[in-house]
Amino acid sequence: MTDTTEKAAVKTTTGAASTAPSPAPAPRGTRVWRGVTPWLFLIAPLALLITFTYAPVANMLAYSLTDWDGVSPELRYIGAENYAEIFTREDLFRVFFVSGYYLVASAVQIVAALYFATILSFNVRFRNFFKGVLFFPYLINGVAIGFVFLYFFQDGGTLDSVLNLFGVESDRAWLGTPVSANTSLAGVSVWRYLGLNFVLFLGAIQSIPGELYEAAELDGANRWHQFRHIIAPGIKPVLTLTVILSISGSLSVFEVPYIMTGGATGTETFVIQTVNLAFRFGKTGLASAAAVVLLLIILLVTWIQRRLVPDDKVDLV
Amino acid sequence: MTRRTVARALVYLSLIAATVVVLLPLVVVLLTSLKSEREMTRSGGALSLPDNLLNFHNYVSAFRDGEMLSAFANTAVILLVSVGGTVLIGSMTAYAIDRFTFRLRKLVVALFLVAALVPGVTTQVATFQIVNSFGMFDSLWAPIALYMGTDIVSIYIFLQFVRSIPVSLDESARLDGANAFTIYRKIIFPLLKPAIATVVIVKGITVYNDFYIPFLYMPSEDLGVISTSLFRFRGPYAAHWEVISAGAILVILPTLIVFLSLQRFIYNGFMRGATR
Repeated sequence: MTDTTEKAAVKTTTGAASTAPSPAPAPRGTRVWRGVTPWLFLIAPLALLITFTYAPVANMLAYSLTDWDGVSPELRYIGAENYAEIFTREDLFRVFFVSGYYLVASAVQIVAALYFATILSFNVRFRNFFKGVLFFPYLINGVAIGFVFLYFFQDGGTLDSVLNLFGVESDRAWLGTPVSANTSLAGVSVWRYLGLNFVLFLGAIQSIPGELYEAAELDGANRWHQFRHIIAPGIKPVLTLTVILSISGSLSVFEVPYIMTGGATGTETFVIQTVNLAFRFGKTGLASAAAVVLLLIILLVTWIQRRLVPDDKVDLV
Repeated sequence: MTRRTVARALVYLSLIAATVVVLLPLVVVLLTSLKSEREMTRSGGALSLPDNLLNFHNYVSAFRDGEMLSAFANTAVILLVSVGGTVLIGSMTAYAIDRFTFRLRKLVVALFLVAALVPGVTTQVATFQIVNSFGMFDSLWAPIALYMGTDIVSIYIFLQFVRSIPVSLDESARLDGANAFTIYRKIIFPLLKPAIATVVIVKGITVYNDFYIPFLYMPSEDLGVISTSLFRFRGPYAAHWEVISAGAILVILPTLIVFLSLQRFIYNGFMRGATR
């Protein structure tokens, strides 16, 4: 808050300073030029922003009220029919339940990331090695991850071989039933994204001044107390941000299930369904309505987060 | 005392378990990529070692038949242009927003801010129509335009840095007769180096790994980038796990090399980029 006011103060003084040294008012041409200059810098970014963000959102809202197939030259207005279809047709609605698996996975992921970030911010041998190992999956190409895990869950693949080592005779298709397939895919998502949460938490924990721990230790606090009373409050903003990102992430899962199962055996997610509707079955209108619903849910979640944690870091000005 | 030792042992045990969980799937794929077709059918299990650790035959097939060379070339072109464009656009936006007071400035800032709330996956159906109407569908321009689009994260990173550059530098340059463009080019841009490094890393990794956009916008086979070319392995090699594994390792390897050589910057970049 103080930062912004200071900023404003600086702004006005510099504004005055830039005109002060010139004895006579700047000639008309210069003034016009000065007014145009910022726009010369902004013209390309704004054009791209409007073309690829705002125009699509506006079009999408319009398409969602039609039964357009994406090709025909005429659009027929059908009102809220598409929306009614989404919420009444069970096969369209089902994708929301698939998100449930990813939501549970996110919770597991956040707890695990928190645990590893906490222990690795204290003195541990081979710390940098463990940090690297935990973070690296996040950087790997999604298609490569899809293939690695297709092989992992194959009959006689990695997982079965490991279980055999421990004497567990497993003869099951891990991607064969909706429950086990979705659980497996959600597990892959934890494997892939744990590193990002971990690094975010690590950064937040490291910004907590070290003296706090020393003081707490003198007072006889153990590790759990330190976590509970120093670390947890210290990283609260990052933690809520992560929760929000996880919720919107769970709703917009696409890559790994699409690559691994193509959405078969009940693993179809919201985005896979939308892509299929629009680009495979030519139901652009219905797909747009679905996308609007997803967008609204994500905006709602973000809004709730802003209410819960007033985030003073997001002032762009 | 003993309780402390037990706790320490448990900590290390959990770290080792996590390491195994992360590395095992990758190591097995690496081993598989070195096996011959005959070894695969002999069914020694996924964990068995290959007979010859230097059998790169599968890599040759994957590289040649998967047309990985053109995939890497396409990816490189997209990467260079869109990362370069993102740096230019992001730094210009940040400079204009931070250093000028003009009418509608608040509105412009709000436009960029609100756009950050709209996730790209949701608007793709409508974006597709726009890209198509520009005639960019099935060309390298589609992903380039979309990646450059407006990357709010990079604008934010640049804004943080532009703010930390003292305004007095601009002013003394202006007294020497420099105009806004000279100031941007000669003073602001060079001083943004750390921010540029961050944006190049975060954006570069995102573009290299993206599957969604090239998959939707560039269906032609000769326009494959590494993700889509690798994805095409599914059909022809469906049962040849040794070749698919080699392809996957080929794609992962550059990431690993970049990661090992730039580790510290990558962590910092993601902390800065993702927290926003």
